[in-house]
Amino acid sequence: MKILVPVKRVIDYNVKVRVKADGTGVDLANVKMSMNPFDEIAVEEAMRLKEAGKATEVVAVSCGVTACQETLRTAMAIGADRSILVETDVDLQPLAVAKLLAAVAKKETPQLIILGKQAIDDDANQTGQMLAALLGWSQATFASKVVIGEGKATVTREVDGGLETIEISLPAIVTTDLRLNEPRYATLPNIMKAKKKPMETVKPADLGVDVAPRLATVSVSEPPKRSAGIKVADVAALVDKLKNEAKVIA
Amino acid sequence: MSLLVIAEHDNAVLRTATLNAVTAAAKIGGEIHILVAGAACGAVAEQAAKVAGVSKVRVADAAHYGDQTAENLAALIVANAAGYSHIIAPATSNGKNTLPRVAALLDVAQISEIISVVDADTFVRPIYAGNALATVKSGDATKVITVRTTGFDAAANSGGSAAIEALAAGPDLGQSKLLSRELTKSARPELGAAKIIVSGGRGMGNGENYHKLLEPLADKLGAALGASRAAVDAGFVPNDYQVGQTGKIVAPQLYIAIGISGAIQHLAGMKDSKVIVAINKDPDAPIFQVADYGLVADLFAAVPELTAAL
Repeated sequence: MKILVPVKRVIDYNVKVRVKADGTGVDLANVKMSMNPFDEIAVEEAMRLKEAGKATEVVAVSCGVTACQETLRTAMAIGADRSILVETDVDLQPLAVAKLLAAVAKKETPQLIILGKQAIDDDANQTGQMLAALLGWSQATFASKVVIGEGKATVTREVDGGLETIEISLPAIVTTDLRLNEPRYATLPNIMKAKKKPMETVKPADLGVDVAPRLATVSVSEPPKRSAGIKVADVAALVDKLKNEAKVIA
Repeated sequence: MSLLVIAEHDNAVLRTATLNAVTAAAKIGGEIHILVAGAACGAVAEQAAKVAGVSKVRVADAAHYGDQTAENLAALIVANAAGYSHIIAPATSNGKNTLPRVAALLDVAQISEIISVVDADTFVRPIYAGNALATVKSGDATKVITVRTTGFDAAANSGGSAAIEALAAGPDLGQSKLLSRELTKSARPELGAAKIIVSGGRGMGNGENYHKLLEPLADKLGAALGASRAAVDAGFVPNDYQVGQTGKIVAPQLYIAIGISGAIQHLAGMKDSKVIVAINKDPDAPIFQVADYGLVADLFAAVPELTAAL
């Protein structure tokens, strides 16, 4: 079984985001970029399935600018066998990415595609579900456990009220939640090896996909700042403030 | 112009998240319909018909909608999408699971987790864990939208008298089957709808302390219990307690953060609360930068004292 793992290059999760003064977006100049943390979990899960003998090949794919090559090298350093870059300078939105991935999936015919449940930049939480719809596949989003069986997968999902376990037919889409696994660190020998692994580059036009954005960003602004309040001396003072000043408890 | 709101329910009770989505629909303007898809969900349809501002409730009642699987639900919504300018669901785990499928099948963008409506095509949504707000305009014919429930008040669940209309069920696609649910049973209010939330973090030390210290406090206040990601990852409490960028987004009247340092991902989930209280022994914890009332103290002494004082 082949597993496809889409990975996104995003601002590193430790970086404090700054909104640009002209309100056109956030400042990405000279900012550290990394693989979306949920996608790291996706690569790790694919590797564990390969190591358990459930998968034969893991292919990483990324859509975006040339620098996404670094993200793909990271995926291959974790263990992906090869990678595909769908290269474009267009600002890609989730529907466009899902269409590109669907085109790649039709060529590669994986049995399983594992994606992060959301990217920490646009927080959209859409691409996996859209990809499942475009391919007509089943989906298991927000996964915290994945077990592969014959022609099917059993997936435990983190939902609002707790957990639910579903059985889906393969081929299928799985999107990862935080507690699915703890990704390994890429070792230096594996980082070196990753440099020699094959990376193919294609363009959206090669895949016959129109990636024009559907949503126009009118403006990006800072959220209203919440100012720090006061420190109270003790529990009695706190209770007094809550009752008589904030009036949030009786 | 007509708008379709997808009901969030468990086949017996209409969840309040639906009411927040109805308010968002009302801000856009137009005739509001609610779609109830479920199994033996007549009671939900009755409740939906009473929601203020709703003119029609459309009900698809069939066994294969009972578990709200995205494949069947999305196909049903798409089959009934004609004539609607907006398709709206609350950003619950069901809404987030299903609506992007609907959007892709309609070949339109989804606008995720809106917090306000500028006009019928333009919406505000948080990005980068709420560290920036993007105003986006859609050029698509149908707008598929999920609504962050904290951004909109709940519509009244009485006073309405919408017509109830049965919809033909679509086929069971049979791609997905629910095997089991382990839902956290609690007599406390649900996190998303609670007026007061007591939330614990890594500082609780372990799950036993979490329950021993925070449950009596929550009981006194009639509060829901929440947690930081650190507390969930450490196994103190189940995943559905998590408040934050990737957990639940809450905005209660009072949020009491205990032993929570205030990582940016946690703040993203609670910084719109009306009043924030932080109890932490580290005076430099970032949580104090957003707290209205901060108490620098050992939580193992302060929490029982607080519980006793209420």
